[in-house]
Amino acid sequence: MMTNKLKATAGAALLGLGLAGPAAAQDDTFKVGVITFLSGQAAESFGVPAWNGGKLLIEMMNEGGKLPAPYDTKGFGGMNIEFVVVDEAGGATKQVQEFRNLVQREEVDAVVGYVSSGDCLAVPPVADELKAFTILYDCGTPRVFEDNSFEYVFRTAAHATMDNVSLARYLKSRDFDVPSYAGLNQDYAFGQDSWADFTGAMEQIYPDAEVKTALFPKFGAGQYGTEISALLRERPALVHSSNWGGDLQGFLIQGTARGLHERSQIVLAAGDHVIPQLGNKMPDGIFLGARGVNGLAAHARGGELKELTDTMWDAYEAEYGVFPVQAPFRMWQALFGLKTAVEKAMADNGGTKPTDEELAAAMKGLTWDAPSGRIEMALADGHQAIQPNAIGTTKWNEAEGKMELVDVEYFSARCVNPPVGIKATEWLAQGFPGAECE
Amino acid sequence: MRMSVYLSAIIAFVALAAGSIILPDWAMFLFAMALAKGLVCLGIIGMMRGGVVSFGQGLYYCIGAYTATLIANHLGVSDIFLLTLLSAAVCLVVGLVFGPLLSNYRGIFFAMLSLALSMVLYGSLSKMSFIGGTDGLNIGAPTFLGWAPEGRPLQTALYLYVVAIVVISGTLMRIYFDSERGLITLATRDNELRVEYLGASVRNLMTYNYVFGALLGGIGGTIAVLALGHVDPEFAFWTTSGEFVFVAILAGYLSVPAVFVAAIILELVRSFSNLYFPNTWQLALGIFLLVVIVALPNGLGSLVSKRKENKT
Repeated sequence: MMTNKLKATAGAALLGLGLAGPAAAQDDTFKVGVITFLSGQAAESFGVPAWNGGKLLIEMMNEGGKLPAPYDTKGFGGMNIEFVVVDEAGGATKQVQEFRNLVQREEVDAVVGYVSSGDCLAVPPVADELKAFTILYDCGTPRVFEDNSFEYVFRTAAHATMDNVSLARYLKSRDFDVPSYAGLNQDYAFGQDSWADFTGAMEQIYPDAEVKTALFPKFGAGQYGTEISALLRERPALVHSSNWGGDLQGFLIQGTARGLHERSQIVLAAGDHVIPQLGNKMPDGIFLGARGVNGLAAHARGGELKELTDTMWDAYEAEYGVFPVQAPFRMWQALFGLKTAVEKAMADNGGTKPTDEELAAAMKGLTWDAPSGRIEMALADGHQAIQPNAIGTTKWNEAEGKMELVDVEYFSARCVNPPVGIKATEWLAQGFPGAECE
Repeated sequence: MRMSVYLSAIIAFVALAAGSIILPDWAMFLFAMALAKGLVCLGIIGMMRGGVVSFGQGLYYCIGAYTATLIANHLGVSDIFLLTLLSAAVCLVVGLVFGPLLSNYRGIFFAMLSLALSMVLYGSLSKMSFIGGTDGLNIGAPTFLGWAPEGRPLQTALYLYVVAIVVISGTLMRIYFDSERGLITLATRDNELRVEYLGASVRNLMTYNYVFGALLGGIGGTIAVLALGHVDPEFAFWTTSGEFVFVAILAGYLSVPAVFVAAIILELVRSFSNLYFPNTWQLALGIFLLVVIVALPNGLGSLVSKRKENKT
């Protein structure tokens, strides 16, 4: 009997705590729930820089007039932007719970988040169930919208297929001879998918190239002695890696110490984000991408978007003392997209704060400009973005003491992303039907 | 004795079921998840009473979840009762295979072997890209004997379903704990050799406890995946199993309801620390765990049984 009494008391106390809840967001503020890695392996590489960038941009938007047109209006359509930030660490189970808490307890107006592909697969069904407008800002797996369709979920970054297609196209356009190649990728879905995409693209572009070896060290291994020995022994002309974070730093430092980069050309699908940490330990002559025209490639691009890019670049560098790599760019394109969608919905509904339905309708098929280029919600019935990509070659600038990206090649979004109505793997297998390259 | 157990069960059911009316949406989901995880922990409690702790209960949690997902996706079964039964059956079979093997081991050896088994599953699932690899799989919302609710009714139905299962398994486990076999389990904890000399088979006992743990783990995993809508190999990862062990330690082996209270408290603490301390939530959680272990070395259940002793 006492047990029940105890339970009742505990339950009542906890319930009181929970039911007190927050006051619902008001009409002159727009509350964004942000989920990104604040701890764990992906925090330093993606989560923290992304949110640093996001926080900075929200502050600039709230002040108003800090950004070039069309982003010079205050907040989102005049509304002040508030945010709640939640750590993405802890697995998909925890993220589904936190997502429900954000929507039902914190009553956020939109959710922007998710770096991990597992979370990006787990959250959308819940978002649709709760009819909660949600932007996936970073994760790579094409499966999100290829296996399912969702009403309230949008991904404002291109999926990961373009990273490796661009690498293969870059090799070709530079007439790089590839008699053989090998791969070293982390042993989890992103690493396995990247290798599959790269080999798929290479089979089309370099049908005669021989695959020497495909290595999949454990995620977070950090030590690559055996793998590097195998790569040195096999002597492939090219070594592909989609490693990121500490795993990529470890591989590069250990590999260059043993001369791997002199024997084989190293190509990295997402390698730009370790440049600030490695500095001149990053060897010259590495071909790398940034999962979009992000970081150094965006800074070097110039063109119409130069003013917007430079504004964000300088603000970020001034605030954090380091240049922005790929993750903040993806957060920015999500927030610029959200701003555009909110303002479009407000223009349609007469200037009141948009509902989730109105937001989803405005976001569908939207096109907007971000520092990473023109983002088009072109795939999955207007729910999946495509964006341009760039690959460049690393070169240490001794005089200025910083890493530069030279021989950068820019690929238009429709050149490296599959068109509507075809799955990414099939698009690769069929030899890129419908690709529009300049 | 029996009567008071049934009476407690009925009161517990009414009290928990009332939650379906008074709890806000987010809390109902959190409670449902906590209760599902509590089921897994109840299985650990059964083993803890015999002096062994499984660090690999994620094995059954994961098998249950994957079985339900694969059956739902490939055979089109969405009925929650059928899915629970099938997952429980698979876990029963797996438990019967490993139970006799593990029942020979005690202490750290039992813990490490059970951990190893769950990590083998984790490693294998991570490699199987045809079922999603580390990204996992989605499962649609369950139906209840042909009824397919959505929104709040779905959450309410799921919640009531898990409450019913929790009360039934809690009652059955209480009856088992108080039975001859259950009491011998407790005696094993004190002196295994003496129990053997008295003529009972400790190995047999341990197998029973392990198989019950497997069944409860599978049922917990099935309900969790149906509530979440997504499963990934993380279900079998050692941190997941560690969390179950933590709840079991938090609850102690003395009381059955304490397990579910402990599970709910852990979920609430985690959820709120995550919101209020996004950068240091692990630290907040760790401090909470430390305080509980220092203040209540025998778990939450010891609060209740202490009072019982005072009463008599």
